[in-house]
Amino acid sequence: MQVFAFYLFAVLMIASAVLVVMARNPVHSVLWLILAFFNAAGLMVLVGAEFIAMLLVIVYVGAVAVLFLFVVMMLNIDFSTLRSGFMKNAPLGVAIALILLAELVFGIGAWRAGGLDLGQPLGDAATMAGVSNTKAIGALLYSRYLFLFETAGIILLVAMIGAIVLTHREKRASRGQQNISRQVNRRPQDATVMRQPTVGEGVEL
Amino acid sequence: MIGIEHYIVVSSILFVLGVLGIFMNRKNIIVVLMAIELILLAVNINLVAFSAFLGDLTGQVFAMFVLTVAAGEAAIGLAILVIYFRSRGTIAVDDANRMKG
Repeated sequence: MQVFAFYLFAVLMIASAVLVVMARNPVHSVLWLILAFFNAAGLMVLVGAEFIAMLLVIVYVGAVAVLFLFVVMMLNIDFSTLRSGFMKNAPLGVAIALILLAELVFGIGAWRAGGLDLGQPLGDAATMAGVSNTKAIGALLYSRYLFLFETAGIILLVAMIGAIVLTHREKRASRGQQNISRQVNRRPQDATVMRQPTVGEGVEL
Repeated sequence: MIGIEHYIVVSSILFVLGVLGIFMNRKNIIVVLMAIELILLAVNINLVAFSAFLGDLTGQVFAMFVLTVAAGEAAIGLAILVIYFRSRGTIAVDDANRMKG
């Protein structure tokens, strides 16, 4: 049963990743990406990493994919011209992908043949028996990786501020818009000056 | 029983597909960003699989940090894309080497 579930999730994930790359319409690409994320979450549930799997669904599907969908639909883009170089770039892309895949297969083969050592876990972050995955990760995250956790928070804050600063549009001053607070705060003594010019001399401004 | 090599093979294929997506859709920067997300997903699957099979939770904690960076990267990348589209009216990145303000 577990083998069946693994192959189901794996095949669906690979197929939807292919369709993310190949789809003509980027909206379809985003939807295939969501399917790939769901299947990856399924793969992670199969090895017992429920917390990361649920995080994947919440963060990727709930936030990142919806952000992609918003941007794709908000910008009025002519997608047919963007695909013009698709077949021209294909030989180079396929060649590089095949070389990379061959290298990865060689690496896995070297490990299966005993040429590589996976290493041993240190043991102090070992999976505890009888404790749920979420609780164990929380215990580790709030003790040993506390500073890394806070750094992750700072990274998210910087990303949020950066995105707001980049996309924020200043109102154009040349349109002559009102500054209400300046109008309300304007006082007579700031705006007018009393002068008593002598006859025939005029006023120096 | 599923061994760790199955997970390594699946995540390798996913990684290679992401790299392929970057090269095939060089003009369409939205799909390039999605391909980067696929690559980071492959990395996450690898981290979680090793974490589970070695019985050490550190891999899952690091998968969370990869997730954080992926979310921030998507937000900043899409923000840059939006301002690029506003100033050019297109998102074709062939001529993006003119980075004059």
